[in-house]
Amino acid sequence: MTEFKRPDGRKIDATRPMKAKVGIVKNADGSALFQFGGTIAIAAVYGPKEMHPRNKRNPAKGTLRCTYNMNSFSVSDRIRPGPSRRSTEISKVTEWSLEPIVMLGDYAGQVVDVHIQIIQADASTRCAGINAAAMALAQAGIPMTDLVSSISIGKLDKQLVVDVDKAEEDWEDGEGATDIALSFVHNNEKLSHIQLDGYITAEQLKEAVELGKQATKKVYELQKEALKNPGKEVSA
Amino acid sequence: MKTPKITIDRIKKYLAEGKRFDGRKPEEFRDLEIEFGVSKKAEGSARVKLGNTEVIVGIKMGVSEPYPDSPNKGNLMVTAELLPLSSPRIEAGPPRFPAIELGRVIDRGLRESHFIDFEKLCIEPGKKVWTLFVDIYTINDDGNLLDAGGIGAVAALMNAKIPKYDEENSRVLHDEHSEENVPLTKERPISITGYKVGDKILFDPTREEEDAGETKVTVGISHGIISSMQKGNETDLDTEMFGEMIDMAEKVWQDLVTKIEKFIK
Repeated sequence: MTEFKRPDGRKIDATRPMKAKVGIVKNADGSALFQFGGTIAIAAVYGPKEMHPRNKRNPAKGTLRCTYNMNSFSVSDRIRPGPSRRSTEISKVTEWSLEPIVMLGDYAGQVVDVHIQIIQADASTRCAGINAAAMALAQAGIPMTDLVSSISIGKLDKQLVVDVDKAEEDWEDGEGATDIALSFVHNNEKLSHIQLDGYITAEQLKEAVELGKQATKKVYELQKEALKNPGKEVSA
Repeated sequence: MKTPKITIDRIKKYLAEGKRFDGRKPEEFRDLEIEFGVSKKAEGSARVKLGNTEVIVGIKMGVSEPYPDSPNKGNLMVTAELLPLSSPRIEAGPPRFPAIELGRVIDRGLRESHFIDFEKLCIEPGKKVWTLFVDIYTINDDGNLLDAGGIGAVAALMNAKIPKYDEENSRVLHDEHSEENVPLTKERPISITGYKVGDKILFDPTREEEDAGETKVTVGISHGIISSMQKGNETDLDTEMFGEMIDMAEKVWQDLVTKIEKFIK
């Protein structure tokens, strides 16, 4: 069998060049940038602080609140500024993906806001956003058990690949493209987020998850390195 | 979250002696940094830093029908999003007045100054013209977002290339970048905002200084010609101080343009 060729020539288990940096928004309690090739996400954390409106307060523990937003010019066809159905859903799955690691038990009635902004998009934006958000939370000193690291796995025709870019997302040959975004809690290796759209067997999906688990370990190492060197851009 | 009264009083006391917390002169801007091409899917983009204030501005272009009153001219639309990411004071939700004002004031400055040659943005009179979308995003708010946004808009427009257009299928080919610049003139319409603090005037305020401001006047100015203006906030202003503000704005413009041209080279 001939070696599968990805549009940009990457190996099937290779991510695009990754960059990470902590401390990029001065006003924020914590902030970070995460980049997969042409996809750039930044995140800023504010809190814990009093929750407004009051009726949203949880008397049992603090609330994690995420918002995902794209710059209108981050994609080819301009996006109308403001929230959309898509961004609302991504905000929520981002929240769910980070929920397992944050310990907000001591912050009853308060909220930690995580704002994610996509500066430039070349697919896998939610994964970059989650990676940046986890780093920003850590820098803000929010009590956490662990980090969350996120990656996308693609299936192009029958071939699984790591870190999908736009050209791959638009793959049309054979069985077309399947896009799987997933996030892992590092130490216990549990899934905190998975979404899929495409066309894939259960067996191959399990394979994809395993591939994703391995790939997020590289993401984790970079996140950790950036957190140890605030203000410095690190790459892998 | 508001600047405490004690700080505002101190700012005023200092200013009465011609001093500012960071040692600047009243009309002196903070260090300006401009970086181009910060978002590659945009037709053009720029990041502007004024001290700790940071904005990103991007240009997108689309083809649409002209307005009936200007059938042979392209369109311009300027919007600003004040991101909660950029400040603990900004809340999520629909655009509030400061975001709308930012977009509109910068829009007028660009539109009326003859900076953009709108007639050259016409593809087919009465039918098809280019629309320029100038979108401003705040990354860190430490005061004077208005002037930073205005500089960013000019810089991003100067960085922009018109995408190719497939006339037959009426499709903009965003990913096939051309080498054709957006038609711009030698004008440099910079929005410059003067603030009245006590009986003094200052420019490029930090967040705290902006809070101390009682009223502000934004002047869209290019080569000595004023083409847009907005007085903001509720306090009134005597004409003498108003005149002084405009004179100062003209000098500030010269300084800023010199600095901006260095980044463009």
